[in-house]
Amino acid sequence: MDILNALVALLNFVVIPATAYGAQLALGALGVTLIYGILRFSNFAHGDTMAFGTAMTILVTWALQAAGITLGPLPTALLALPFAIALTAGLVLATDRVVYDYYRRVRAAPVILVMVSVGVMFVMNGLTRFVIGVDEINFADGARFVISARGFREATGLAEPLTLRSSQLITLITAALVVWALFWFLGRTRTGKSMRAFSDNEDLALLSGINPNRVVAVTWIIAAALATTAGTLYGLDKSFKAFNYFQLLLPIFAAAVVGGLGSPVGAIAGGFVIAFSEVGVTYAWKKVAGYLIPAWQPEGLLQLLSTEYKFAVSFAILIIVLLFKPTGLFKGKAV
Amino acid sequence: MSFLLAEGMTGGYGAADILHGCTLKVEKGQIAVIVGPNGAGKSTAMKAVFGMLKLRAGHVILDGEDITALTPQARVAKGMGFVPQVNNVFPTMSVEENLEMGAFLRRDDFRDTMEQVYDLFPILKQKRRQNAGELSGGQRQQVAVGRALMTRPKLLMLDEPTAGVSPIVMDELFDRIIEVARTGISILMVEQNARQALEIADMGYVLVQGANRYTDTGAALMADPEVRRTFLGG
Amino acid sequence: MSLRQPDAAAGGRLRAPLLFAAMAALVAIEAATGGWNTALGIVNMGLISAVLALGVNMQWGYAGLFNTGIVGFLALGGLAPVLIAMPPTPGAFAGGGPGIALAALVALASVIAAIAVNRRLRGRPRAIAIIAILVAGFFAYRALFDRAVAVIQAINPSAQGNLGGLGLPVLLAWPVGALFAAGAAWIIGKTALGLRSDYLAIATLGIGEIIVAVLRNEEWLSRGVMNVNGIPRPWPVPYEVQLQADPAFVSRMAGLGVDPVTGSTIMVKLLYTGLFLVVLLALIWAAQMALKSPWGRMMRAIRDNEIAAAAMGKDVTRRHLQIFVIGSAVCGLAGAMMITLDGQMTPGSYNPLRYTFLIWVMVIVGGSGNNWGSVLGGMLIWYLWIKAEAWGPVLMSFLTAGMAEGALKSHLLDSAAHMRLFTMGLILLLVLRFAPRGLLPEK
Ligand SMILES: Nc1ncnc2c1ncn2[C@@H]1O[C@H](COP(=O)(O)OP(=O)(O)OP(=O)(O)O)[C@@H](O)[C@H]1O
Ligand SMILES: [Mg+2]
Repeated sequence: MDILNALVALLNFVVIPATAYGAQLALGALGVTLIYGILRFSNFAHGDTMAFGTAMTILVTWALQAAGITLGPLPTALLALPFAIALTAGLVLATDRVVYDYYRRVRAAPVILVMVSVGVMFVMNGLTRFVIGVDEINFADGARFVISARGFREATGLAEPLTLRSSQLITLITAALVVWALFWFLGRTRTGKSMRAFSDNEDLALLSGINPNRVVAVTWIIAAALATTAGTLYGLDKSFKAFNYFQLLLPIFAAAVVGGLGSPVGAIAGGFVIAFSEVGVTYAWKKVAGYLIPAWQPEGLLQLLSTEYKFAVSFAILIIVLLFKPTGLFKGKAV
Repeated sequence: MSFLLAEGMTGGYGAADILHGCTLKVEKGQIAVIVGPNGAGKSTAMKAVFGMLKLRAGHVILDGEDITALTPQARVAKGMGFVPQVNNVFPTMSVEENLEMGAFLRRDDFRDTMEQVYDLFPILKQKRRQNAGELSGGQRQQVAVGRALMTRPKLLMLDEPTAGVSPIVMDELFDRIIEVARTGISILMVEQNARQALEIADMGYVLVQGANRYTDTGAALMADPEVRRTFLGG
Repeated sequence: MSLRQPDAAAGGRLRAPLLFAAMAALVAIEAATGGWNTALGIVNMGLISAVLALGVNMQWGYAGLFNTGIVGFLALGGLAPVLIAMPPTPGAFAGGGPGIALAALVALASVIAAIAVNRRLRGRPRAIAIIAILVAGFFAYRALFDRAVAVIQAINPSAQGNLGGLGLPVLLAWPVGALFAAGAAWIIGKTALGLRSDYLAIATLGIGEIIVAVLRNEEWLSRGVMNVNGIPRPWPVPYEVQLQADPAFVSRMAGLGVDPVTGSTIMVKLLYTGLFLVVLLALIWAAQMALKSPWGRMMRAIRDNEIAAAAMGKDVTRRHLQIFVIGSAVCGLAGAMMITLDGQMTPGSYNPLRYTFLIWVMVIVGGSGNNWGSVLGGMLIWYLWIKAEAWGPVLMSFLTAGMAEGALKSHLLDSAAHMRLFTMGLILLLVLRFAPRGLLPEK
């Protein structure tokens, strides 16, 4: 039995990738859950908002690179991020003014808003394709690895390699900072508290003199920031392809529902639940098992589901939660 | 002229009118109580006074100023505070945050007002870090009243503040309301416990089907045999 | 849904015939400029779109249910022609069939056991028992299933390597496709209906993606990315080569002054058109009868005021489940028709943007709640979708004609092709906002 190598393999293939992916999902789910809490509909355009935001990051990154500005070992995209957030926030605010505002005023049923968000999704999708095309784009620059496989092997003498890509570390640090800032904002500032009040009890918030338009605008800005950050981190970690972001919608929704729609803490927990399940179920456990029980030579790869079915994992979890606990792990707003 | 004068209010939620020329008055620092059967339109009248309902006729005058066209938010700024009958707290926010939200429009330091509320309802100080949704019914009503007091309103409107609380807590709440009125705040209150409410009321209104049936001082209504028989259960 | 529109009755009684006449005129223009072959191609796919839109309209227009997994039900229905009509792969059913059937039984049994446990037990023991049953069931299923699949895929992998079909007439696959979709819809509906309306939208989004993923990856079933070709034609439709070899047909075409090759393709398309029209009209007839029945009145009463209907003792969730299953079955039927028309199954082509959200545009533009509206929307939007592909670049080169040659101009020209989605989204938003009851409003 070789526990050390098994642990390294586990870290390398499951824990690190799932943590990074979970952080990306959590940021996406936070945006979905905030919009649900305040505007009271599931925003189907969120995946494409992420795609648009990432496209903006890429364009600004290219512009910076062309001007000879980089961040050294860090990806230039981090420098581009604030600009991209501003551009994306501008787009969603304009969308809100032109599209959603009307439906709020006539107090349309939530399902109409969901459908409207589908229309917005189409338009944003077209917009993203228009500005950046449909091809896969790799925009990560700077150092590739924090810990490289070779370096780790040489340093430890273990047979198993361990790699930590810089995009993964950056994801974790950025996500932690963003989540901390968000919770500080919601829990400590006047505007943040007014958003929570609005989400809790809209009528009473109005009676207290809270300005709904301001709350809505701030919500969209935060959602745009979260979406752009999540999308950029995902793109740095994997690569950018507009259609992949549409497909991220399902795990993001699943994360938000699992945590409880409307609950920010739930969104974060949900993101990690989904990510670890997805990676754990689609990982081939043969290697880890081989270190732990050398005598056992299993026939297959010990992979529960092939990676093509990773979305099925989110879906299965979603269904189980809907069946047994529709309010989610952290008691979301509505059933 | 009365501090609040809501005259001839007519209107409803949709096509049909709920209120039919309903009139309410509150004098400075006095307590006015609205009683009446379920569905009489008491809550509707409160909403109309607070601007949450479109009136087809009638007007609302506060301290000599016509506020009929103002939004509820603007009325808060003019010195009105409203505690709705249901959903009157922010359940996932702490007691203290509920009070802060009450003071949302205030840009000055409101810590002393919060202290006053805590003096009025000491239990809230004890529970100020707890979420309002986790409190008992009586405590929640105290939070709701406290929230409305945070703007230092000149007129406090309470829709059934004692709904669902025990008789002891009810007496206690009424005492607090009298205390509030003594500080010069006018109070307009809907009550299901008509006897106790009329006892502390300077003015009483009996509302039936959206119109004033009886209007008199609290004591006079209590003394009226007709009112006693039909609305106060003998 | 409470979609209000002041000019709902605009156009009055003549509105529908006029709009359908306009649609026919568009097709005729297409025939005159691009030939009958392309025109009929658009019509046939338009008819299938109309059937799809009809199914979605039942869910949305009658019950206000938002299904975002249409592509999945369509794809599942498309599996039926493969399994029913393809010639059997020798040895596949005998070799792998029992194993797969057994695996399916094990899966079913463990789900049923989990549900039973969920009803009987409480608290922690319940959770543990359910997880244990599902995990054990999953491993048993995988063991049986993997072995069976290996057997099937070993058979002549380059040409077949899949389960093959039963070799039955393909028309039989149409109701079977409907049944497949209905089964999937029942499972989803059972879970997500009765909760907030958003949850159905999210759950159907998921099932849509998963069904498509299964078809793409389960090669033993649908050959995945390798596609299934040569699905037999339905009963009255011959092959072009048969017609061209038929002297009677050739001489008739000569009499009309038509080249027999062109004539044969048009003939085949026309026969499909006839077949699809029969199905579509039968569906509309059934749907209209259902709407007028007490059942249909109740459905609409529920849709217009769910709370009041529930208060009157109507089982809203049950009714929603019925309509959701029926509507999805119609989508499955459309899927089977589409695969029959194409003669091949290409799992890679099921794109949700095209087969889910485009259908929504059809329903909304046509008029939510109006069956004829869905037909019109299906035909019209399909026509626009096809034409926009050609118009986009033309429009863009016209717009950029005055621009200097350069990167921007070529970028604009290149991206014209992507503008279709943008346009469809814009149409959806504009119709929802300014004419929420669509071209043919519900009465
Ligand atoms: N939001 C609403 N929309 C439509 N009708 C309403 C609404 N709220 C109340 N009504 C109707 O208005 C009438 C008066 O209701 P209201 O709540 O004002 O009565 P109330 O006197 O406060 O009764 P209670 O003592 O039960 O609180 C009732 O017939 C009620 O059905
Ligand atoms: Mg009331």
